[in-house]
Amino acid sequence: MPDWWTYQPRDLLMFSPETYYRLFELHNAELWPAQVLAFIGGLAILAMLVRRPPWAGRTISTLLAAAWACVGFAYFFERYATINLAAPYFGWTFLVQALLILAGGVLAGRLRFDKPITAAGKAGFALFFFGLLVQPLMGPLLVRLWPGLELFAIAPDPTTMATLGILLAADRIRWELLVIPVLWCGVTGATLATMGAPEALLMPAAGLLAILLAAYRSLTGDSAES
Amino acid sequence: MPLNRREVLGSFAGAGAAALMPGFGLAQNTPQDRPLTRAVPSSSEALPIVGLGSWITFNVGEDPVARDERAEIMRAFFEDGGRLIDSSPMYGSAQPVIGYGLEKLGYPKPLFSADKVWTSDGDEGQTQIEKSRMLWGVDRFDLLQVHNLLAWEAHLDTLHAMKKAGRLRYVGVTTSHGRRHDELEDIMTKRDLDFVQLTYNIADRSVEERLLPLAQEKGIAVIANRPFRRKELIYRFQDEKLPAWADEIGARSWAQFLLKFVISHPAVTCAIPATTRVDHVRENLASAREPLPDVKLRRRMIAYVKSV
Repeated sequence: MPDWWTYQPRDLLMFSPETYYRLFELHNAELWPAQVLAFIGGLAILAMLVRRPPWAGRTISTLLAAAWACVGFAYFFERYATINLAAPYFGWTFLVQALLILAGGVLAGRLRFDKPITAAGKAGFALFFFGLLVQPLMGPLLVRLWPGLELFAIAPDPTTMATLGILLAADRIRWELLVIPVLWCGVTGATLATMGAPEALLMPAAGLLAILLAAYRSLTGDSAES
Repeated sequence: MPLNRREVLGSFAGAGAAALMPGFGLAQNTPQDRPLTRAVPSSSEALPIVGLGSWITFNVGEDPVARDERAEIMRAFFEDGGRLIDSSPMYGSAQPVIGYGLEKLGYPKPLFSADKVWTSDGDEGQTQIEKSRMLWGVDRFDLLQVHNLLAWEAHLDTLHAMKKAGRLRYVGVTTSHGRRHDELEDIMTKRDLDFVQLTYNIADRSVEERLLPLAQEKGIAVIANRPFRRKELIYRFQDEKLPAWADEIGARSWAQFLLKFVISHPAVTCAIPATTRVDHVRENLASAREPLPDVKLRRRMIAYVKSV
């Protein structure tokens, strides 16, 4: 497609908003009751971010890697791929992120939550809280249906939001783990904006906030280890 | 108060109530209510001047509710005399959703299946076409088009070989959004084509200058895509009043006004609006009735649209 740059995002959107949101209803119905496990896992992470036990790093990393792998396989490969030709590429990207978290957080133990949380880290905690408990409610609040709830570890956006929060709340910023979540914020923001979704700016704003906070922590030495 | 698409269809909805077509479970409309046809120049086959597009609208994945809804759209389309359904491997799940609908309707005989080949690898064309055919569930396609001129030389060779072997009836190429017109003109001039598909609507009329006259001169059938520029033109005019003289062209809504403009161009063989609603598909096919605007009225339509 040598003239690809002449296309607008709207020209490339290959499904309707109704079909896109209906996807989450079908996905939730297919996966039920996995949502309960996902929510319990999210609450466990929330508790670990607050209490910060010495084993929190590897445990949170394991749960987070599992969340990205689940979204990559179950959502992108099995669900989103039925209406979007690009979905398998997104799925592989989510699996790469799962492997990165597994390698860095579980195997290398580089994602730690041992020290008291910093001020910027508290903003990360707020992002995680938002992704786990508030963002799923946005669909119904925007007059979509409850069966189409987008949940942490089930749907990509709250999973990404929660991940940004976890990474910001860690003892040190791990930039290599931030890249894919921030990129996804841009991709999903573009998709939602093209559909005219009212929440289109949410994920890009979260991605930008995460970059700014991470840069602040890196540049100012706002690290719990320092 | 201007009529909108929802309000005008009641009278048309009943037009298809007649005898059942043997074996297909489809109501058949009376001859006088059938859509106008135009001949495919290379064969003289008569084709209804309104078809059915599937970009976005038929890409509903595996949603069983949406699949049944699309099958009902297809049922209404065939009941009201439609024939040409257009799709592409690029349209996500549109092909299997069409295949689902065709199976559910018992593969209506009037179907004119128009699909595309869309791969940058010329050697992959045959494989992709066979996969598409399986998804539609048809024995062979009526028309295959090279999608957006992608690897068009290799694919045209493939399609012509298929046509020669009796595995395809018509060969075509497509563009959209007004792109690559110079290249399309060159292909139309130099290669043997039965169909071209291009974007034509009351707001995108650049094809009137060279491509539509060339199609007439070369005897190439024209499929007009994006007759409503997706829904943009409907949204743009829906709050505006239809002109009083819209009755002269038989347009009872902006959708019909816009569609009648496209299909009244003598070079256009078939326009392919896409829709997710049964009442809209009936409304679209109802546009393919007399009267259609003549040259003078077409100029008046353009002027009016520019003025609102």
